[in-house]
Amino acid sequence: MHPVDAAPSIAVELDGVVKRFGALEALRGIHGRILPGCLTGLVGPDGAGKTTLMRLMAGLMAPTAGHITVAGLDSVRDSTALSDNIGYMPQRFGLYEDLSVLENLRLYAELRGLERRTHRDTFERLLEFTRLGPFTTRLAGKLSGGMKQKLGLACALMATPKVLLLDEPGVGVDPVSRQDLWRMVQALTDDGMAVVWATAYLDEAERCAAVFLLNEGQLKFAGAPSELTNRLKERSFRLLNYRRDRRELLSEVLELTSVSDGVIQGNAIRVVLRLDSQHEAVAAFAAQAGAELQPVTPRFEDAFVDLLGGGPGGISALAQKMAPVTLDGDNVVECRNLTRCFGAFTATDHVSFQVRKGEIFGLLGPNGAGKSTTFKMLCGLLRPTAGEARVVGLDLRVAGSQAKRQLGYMAQKFSLYGLLSVQQNLEFSAGVYGLEGALKRERIKEMVQTFQLGKYLGSAPDELPLGFKQRLALACALMHRPLVLFLDEPTSGVDPITRREFWTHINGLAHKGVTIMVTTHFMDEAEYCDRVALMYRAKLIALDTPDVLKARVTIIGDQEPTMEDAFIHLIQEVDAQDAASSMREAA
Amino acid sequence: MTLLSPRLRAQIIKELLSILRDRRARALLIGPPLMQLLIFSFAATLEVRHAAIAVYDRDGGRWSQELVAQVSAAAFVGSVTTMQSPEQLQAAIEQRQVLLAIDIPETFSRDVAAGRPAPLQVIVDGRRANSGQVALRYVESIAGNLGATIQAESSGNNDRVAVRHWFNPNLIYQWFIVPSLAGTLAMFTSLIVTALSIARERELGTFDQLLVSPTTPTEIIVAKAAPALVIGTTLGMLMVGAGVFAFGVPFTGSLGLLFLTMLLFILSIVGLGLMISSICATQQQAILGAFATGVPMILMSGFATPVENMPTVLQWVAEAIPLKHFLIIVQGTFVKTLPAAEVAAQAWPMALTALVTLSIATLLVRSRLQ
Repeated sequence: MHPVDAAPSIAVELDGVVKRFGALEALRGIHGRILPGCLTGLVGPDGAGKTTLMRLMAGLMAPTAGHITVAGLDSVRDSTALSDNIGYMPQRFGLYEDLSVLENLRLYAELRGLERRTHRDTFERLLEFTRLGPFTTRLAGKLSGGMKQKLGLACALMATPKVLLLDEPGVGVDPVSRQDLWRMVQALTDDGMAVVWATAYLDEAERCAAVFLLNEGQLKFAGAPSELTNRLKERSFRLLNYRRDRRELLSEVLELTSVSDGVIQGNAIRVVLRLDSQHEAVAAFAAQAGAELQPVTPRFEDAFVDLLGGGPGGISALAQKMAPVTLDGDNVVECRNLTRCFGAFTATDHVSFQVRKGEIFGLLGPNGAGKSTTFKMLCGLLRPTAGEARVVGLDLRVAGSQAKRQLGYMAQKFSLYGLLSVQQNLEFSAGVYGLEGALKRERIKEMVQTFQLGKYLGSAPDELPLGFKQRLALACALMHRPLVLFLDEPTSGVDPITRREFWTHINGLAHKGVTIMVTTHFMDEAEYCDRVALMYRAKLIALDTPDVLKARVTIIGDQEPTMEDAFIHLIQEVDAQDAASSMREAA
Repeated sequence: MTLLSPRLRAQIIKELLSILRDRRARALLIGPPLMQLLIFSFAATLEVRHAAIAVYDRDGGRWSQELVAQVSAAAFVGSVTTMQSPEQLQAAIEQRQVLLAIDIPETFSRDVAAGRPAPLQVIVDGRRANSGQVALRYVESIAGNLGATIQAESSGNNDRVAVRHWFNPNLIYQWFIVPSLAGTLAMFTSLIVTALSIARERELGTFDQLLVSPTTPTEIIVAKAAPALVIGTTLGMLMVGAGVFAFGVPFTGSLGLLFLTMLLFILSIVGLGLMISSICATQQQAILGAFATGVPMILMSGFATPVENMPTVLQWVAEAIPLKHFLIIVQGTFVKTLPAAEVAAQAWPMALTALVTLSIATLLVRSRLQ
């Protein structure tokens, strides 16, 4: 890439930026500086104000108050000149799916007003950079998620901008392509470009040189991620090698006053102590539980939770009210050679596994790997082309209403009826599962109390804070006391506190014997599972506990492998095998 | 014990709330159809008024003068110009000076007096086909009445008596259009409400939630049909009421029968709407689907053009269109006291359509489970 001219020493200056949409205050006075030659992460959960800030910096909107200076230009006054200096890639980059890769590039070059004779060189440079050279004639609609993002990036880089704004480029991209994107961004910052990378994944934040941490429109932290995580030094520990149920242990540890946060990580439990609290209490607890207490490197997510005042307690009021599940037989969910084809395309290819009672079972994989298809067959939404799926011993596609009462389902993005109030949503869910009369009233009351929904009963679900929306969705899925709970991407884009609360309930339910099936592309979430099934290209490529899967990765340096590392490693193994076998066939 | 199972009850309440809880949606449901009724009834009239007419009277006898006098006095005529030659008459049509020209042959009075068929030539400006046709009908009617008068006088037979508007002798356009609009607009509203219902849930992701619950496809269809049936029928009856009280259209038939057939009619449309909705992935597709089926149904129902004028194959197709049958019922019930047997003859095809469309919709919802 061409080095950017000796630029001013500040790429973006944010001066008291406020943005209101009606009554909603999306950004509440943001101050900060983004430096050239530096990858800056704009981090926060959904609804934190990331996209709004991006659009303000791109000059697409004017701030309600305050000023933004990008590459020395005012984002409102000089918005025309500004567009030559920035590249902006929105969440869904406006690629024309019916045009080829090259045609898309040409279109954006024309839109950017690039001179015709320079097209050829520019395209060559961008195609080499993005490694899209071999695919120039392919239609953009036929590209994978990762390749689409790379093409979007190429289009955004058309005019060699000084500031590059990327809005959640990692969404819908498999871990391998994500690595590629990181490499490309690295090359750009090395040339002196300022790159802003918005993300809801907190693990992505740790890779950035600087981080703006947003929550509910407020800037919670600005600086190097290590600066934030360092605050937790001497306060982060791990409990290992105990002989008790880890979920029980977690719920107890979270109830200690000295503990601010704790999560399950495979077989271990991560614990963060409150500021100014002594670690003796935890040490005593560990000794009592027969566990080993080990100091660990703090993670960005832990730091975020600590910044927000710590996680929720460890006891699920919901689970406490539920009676333990009694069920004959061990395998609650079972599938054998489950296969589903859509025309010539096989979405799920001979998948077999069993899930035990009270187990939390994760189905992991990149977009398009077949995990949704498998999931839908398990809960009876899709008919298998071959093989069979049984839940509680029943084949759901032929099973009647009685069998369906055994399962609960929480769809992605909490599918609630937006036109109905919270109370009406609860009534509907209870009614549709056949609850009536006193029992129905009692269950609704119980859910309202447990989840503190009382003050929102008359509001529409969309008016609720994200955390309450999630509680409502969970309440709707659980009112009929299912034996098996299906969760489809339950916490993507949710802030870490809400996610912890959610998992506290799920852990509690599992402890009572409810079987949990969960799909996720969130690698951290996989750590909460007892066992994880990894899907890749319609096949089940690995099935084991998170610890065993991580252990399969050869450790480089002293860094501990994450689930993502394990995932990439396993995928690469499969790809290598495929390449080898096709070589053999060719020979 | 209540009549409905709790599952069904919960769903019907949910559907009703989804349609009616939103104030804007509520207004959109009731406002536009009533407004359209007003606009179409007053503005989109097919009546011809103030027409310019030319007359070339070669006869000049008693009966030809009587005819000219009656035409001149007719309500639809603005001006009558007397022509002196066939060339002048031709020029008047060509230059759009007149809509219609009457050429009376020399033998007209003689033929009428003798009780023989008395032919007349009427030339209509084909460029203004619609109003020309209507004006022609009026002239035919006058000529026919004249024939009838003559008949009484001379006891001979006269086969010029062609057009007689029995039940609407003054051809008041609103008497025809208001009852038809009541059917057409109620149909469109029910079609769109149901076409959106499943597609909306699919878009929101709540449909999967519904499918994994213990509810059955039949319950889903019943729950979605019921509120649309109530709303569509209410709207239709409201417009029938507007026809009687606001437009003064005579209502001579049985209100009970009209109500029952209205229910049947809306039910068949609801089935169609649900069929469309169950194959659409988004609300946008559903709206397009509703228009793609709704507009041809209206065009082929006899609302705009008579069904008898269509090619035979299309007439068969029209038999499957509920609106065609309902228009016969609603028009008949208003002005000509349609007997119950006639109503029944039009009702059973609608019942059949309702049965077929609702069954297909249920099957389509079930097949989503594949």
